[in-house]
Amino acid sequence: MKKIIRILIAKPGLDGHDRGAKYVARALKDAGYEVIYTGIRQTPEAIVKTAIQEDVDFVGLSLLSGAHNELFPKVVRLLREQQAGDIIVFGGGVIPDVDIPQLKVSGIETVFTPGTPIADVIQFIEANRERVSQ
Amino acid sequence: MPESKNLDDQRKSWESAVVKKVTDKNPERKKEFTTGSWIPVKRVHLPSITTDAEYSEKLGFPGEYPFTRGVQPTMYRGRFWTMRQYAGFGTAEESNERYKFLMSQGQTGLSIAFDLPTQIGYDSDDPHSEGEVGKVGVAIDTLRDMEILFDGIPLDKVSTSMTINAPAAVLLAMYIAVAEKQGVSKQEINGTIQNDILKEYMARGTYIFPPKPSLRLITNIFEYCAKEVPKWNTISISGYHIREAGSTAVQEVAFTLADGIEYVKAAIKAGMDVDAFADRLSFFFNSHNDLLEEVAKFRAARRIWAKIMKDKFQAKSPKSMMLRFHTQTGGSTLTAQQPDNNIVRVAIQTLAAVLGGTQSLHTNSRDEALGLPTEDAVRIALRTQQIVAYESGVTNSIDPLAGSFLVESLTDKIESEVWKYIDKIEEFGGMVRAIENGFVQKEIQDAAYKYQREIESGERVIIGVNKFTVKLETPKDILKVDPGLRNIQIQKIADVRKTRNADAVKSFLNELRDGTKHAEVNLMPLILDAVREYATLGEICNVLRDEFGEYQESIVL
Repeated sequence: MKKIIRILIAKPGLDGHDRGAKYVARALKDAGYEVIYTGIRQTPEAIVKTAIQEDVDFVGLSLLSGAHNELFPKVVRLLREQQAGDIIVFGGGVIPDVDIPQLKVSGIETVFTPGTPIADVIQFIEANRERVSQ
Repeated sequence: MPESKNLDDQRKSWESAVVKKVTDKNPERKKEFTTGSWIPVKRVHLPSITTDAEYSEKLGFPGEYPFTRGVQPTMYRGRFWTMRQYAGFGTAEESNERYKFLMSQGQTGLSIAFDLPTQIGYDSDDPHSEGEVGKVGVAIDTLRDMEILFDGIPLDKVSTSMTINAPAAVLLAMYIAVAEKQGVSKQEINGTIQNDILKEYMARGTYIFPPKPSLRLITNIFEYCAKEVPKWNTISISGYHIREAGSTAVQEVAFTLADGIEYVKAAIKAGMDVDAFADRLSFFFNSHNDLLEEVAKFRAARRIWAKIMKDKFQAKSPKSMMLRFHTQTGGSTLTAQQPDNNIVRVAIQTLAAVLGGTQSLHTNSRDEALGLPTEDAVRIALRTQQIVAYESGVTNSIDPLAGSFLVESLTDKIESEVWKYIDKIEEFGGMVRAIENGFVQKEIQDAAYKYQREIESGERVIIGVNKFTVKLETPKDILKVDPGLRNIQIQKIADVRKTRNADAVKSFLNELRDGTKHAEVNLMPLILDAVREYATLGEICNVLRDEFGEYQESIVL
């Protein structure tokens, strides 16, 4: 039987733009994944705690305020510190292209910018299915 | 709405005799046509206003009840709308420079964007502020920042709009204090605070306190300004963010006006006479791409609000019945792909706002789906307004689309759909209950989901995103905020703490704490006292947090 993949969609930072995060959460749920959504204004610490408690395979971070360079890497760092570095972290939102290479270096697997079809997100998750199934 | 029976019969025979011949051979592009918000649109619309009595009831004249055609008797023949670009980033110094640039380019009013920590009542040195200081707006921690922000800008000459909600009382107090230092009295200053907490709970997210104490702060401001700051717009009841969150045009109007009803009720409950504050209420709407639907939306909103104020709240003064509004073009309609196309979208949305009779307008910059707007992009956005104002000719006659069969029938349709929502929200026991129940959020999210699904399937075309796509490099000249900015702000707070009168701050904060415990006390003067002594925004908000508690989001998916 195929493993049921669990995904946490999280909103770090202070911005309330949750339209994209909620859309992705609902669309992934409709695609058959188990999805948990944190709600807005979550600290990196709170996101990491939820990710570990809920035993998720992926964490999708959404941010539109420009605080991604600080907060995305912090989530990865805290996960690793708590021996949960195997959780795959991806990002989305208004993220300038120039910032993406550095985010990837700091452990963000990929970043989906505005206008990305949901099919691309699903493809990314499926491409990593084996990794999280081990 | 009833169209002429005779004409309707004629249309039917035209459809069966003439149209059918064509469609049998060449079917139309779609089976059903709708507006951007799914209101059905017919092949041709017919007059819905056929008698003088119907005209008077539905439209009237500009400046007269029910204000469908506009709130002023001369509208843009008298003067154009206020061109007001929302701006702010980084430190107070940098934002001050941007305001002066905008004013030198012919902008006629200021609109202050605060960063998220300021909007949520955290100082820059608070742990919650990490990564956010100066990002989506200017960082304001104390009166010192506010003094720099308005340095060289005479507050008796400009009108200033401040997008601030949960801590609106604090920022208004700081503005008053800066004006006083410039020698300008409270009676003279002119501007707007957003101060609309209900839409924060349902769509925008910068809430701090639960609904009850939040409504107290709002009515305290109404009361204080009615006496002390008579030219101030005490609230800007906002549909903008509801629409950005994905609502339909109908929901935007319905939920905004339902919020308005809640605020009016709260003020009346606090003992105010409706005509003492209602003329200072203002509104804020979005403008999207479906031009005619948007024009109808603005007209319907004016007509419904006039009826609400007259019939439901028995307002006597016509000014209390006027829906005056600011418009911003639709941020969520901008695409990161082929960003120059956004200039065209903004131009259409500008036209919609102007044909809809807006009192002020912010036009978005083409690069806002990529990051903060550059100066060049802001200039084009402002020029777009100026071209519509000076070159298009649409400003010469008032409400020029009145009498368009389609626009009038859309106006009627939007009105009737909005009333259904307003009635439903009343059944919940008002907007606070409808939000706590999750009803409003669910309605918005379902519309947002449907919209995005249509884009995914290609049913809804977004140029450059799902049709006519090209592989293009996105522009590299994006405005970046210095990541070291937070340390600059932290240093500034430390400097202020060293030089201020610590005892005075402490005693005014204690008085404020005491005031929160007595429902009849107006907190506004107490906040003003604390601000004048350079209490920080965070210190003031923390007192209120202690006493009022914090709102917890009800997550609806």
